[in-house]
Amino acid sequence: MKKRKLNIAVSGLNAIDSPGPGVAVIRALREAKSFNVRIIGLSYESLEPGIYMHDIIDRSYSIPYPAAGVDTLFARLEYIHEKENLDVIIPNFDAELYPFIKLEPKLKAMGIHMFLPTLKQFEERHKVNLNEFGKKYNINVPASKILYDLNTVNSLQSEFSFPLIVKGKFYDASIAYSIEQVKTYYNKISARWGLPIIIQEFIHGTEFNVTGLGDGKGNTIAAIPMRKQYITDKGKAWGGISISDEKMLDMTRKFLRATKWRGGFELELMKNKDNELYLLEINPRLPAWVYLAVGVGQNIPEAMVNFALGVKVKPFTKYTVGKMFVRYSWDMIVDREEFEQISLYGEL
Amino acid sequence: MKLRKNVAVSEAGLLFNPVTGESYTVNPIGVEIVNLLREEKSQEYISKFILGKYATDKATFEKDYNDFIGILGHHNLLESYEEKKA
Repeated sequence: MKKRKLNIAVSGLNAIDSPGPGVAVIRALREAKSFNVRIIGLSYESLEPGIYMHDIIDRSYSIPYPAAGVDTLFARLEYIHEKENLDVIIPNFDAELYPFIKLEPKLKAMGIHMFLPTLKQFEERHKVNLNEFGKKYNINVPASKILYDLNTVNSLQSEFSFPLIVKGKFYDASIAYSIEQVKTYYNKISARWGLPIIIQEFIHGTEFNVTGLGDGKGNTIAAIPMRKQYITDKGKAWGGISISDEKMLDMTRKFLRATKWRGGFELELMKNKDNELYLLEINPRLPAWVYLAVGVGQNIPEAMVNFALGVKVKPFTKYTVGKMFVRYSWDMIVDREEFEQISLYGEL
Repeated sequence: MKLRKNVAVSEAGLLFNPVTGESYTVNPIGVEIVNLLREEKSQEYISKFILGKYATDKATFEKDYNDFIGILGHHNLLESYEEKKA
């Protein structure tokens, strides 16, 4: 039978040292068994490497930053849809999810499908609400405190022991060993990502991640735990290996059952020396290492697209343990005209 | 003493713990001992096997063997008593 060809728009094309998931998601979609694809890249900056990867992205369009507002984004998506007749959009940045969730009904009316968490799920799992999330769903989370005012930093000494983690609301985290360091990171991170700043208890241990897909009814469609083997100075996995930790899979299933999570996700976990698992963060989208999931037998982006289109998907039940991913950087040679095209006209 | 059943051991001497994702290397004699532990051979059996094959004495073997078991235990590669009972 001839496979259907889908026009899928994907963001997160910044395959840099702190990479967006777009290129990995696109590679997964290109290997989908249930459909063929034409890929439309959605970019924010003219130097996002994915824009120039013509072997995997058919055409790229720049889109406005979330700060420009939902209406501006919608106008741009209408234009892109007119040209490309989009079937599905996969937004891959935390910061752009809010406007895309808001636009989901309007886009659906135009025939564009997405498979995103609900606004309630998106807000509830936010770093700022992690304490309440842990209590509500009975999941181990590190103690945290939300700060809006630099003057309240001194009070941390009575509530936390050092070191502690200073986190931005969307990105960035630093380990602080003194109040002075907390103040420095508070200023640095809030200048870049705004307020609030999250202070989190430091859990000594080993970092793990789980990526997967929830069907929105509490069922686990996919789940792959990974141990980071090579971590960059930005804390990103540059190499990792699939593992078979039943405790992690249990926690993932519990998270999906309790929240009825809809869409892709990544759990950031820490295991301490007593083998206790802590949930450090819930990322409401697929991670940059999601291609490992494809490599071990669970094509999560393909399943996500099928869910978006209302096609029945059976839950994955197995995967290969002990398979590694090793990331690499690659210099592409790009004609200046291409850079001009995307910079001046927003299309390439 | 028994090696956890899910620990993978390659002929070249790479041990992989699929629960933690950690890998370790052991030398050729280490591989032999690990494989004997996997077969649940007793220390006495392993001692006879190694002393019969290599030029070493019992005291040296016992010291090195206990060190080796200690290291395997430290890295959580051996089944605990409770696991064995279950």
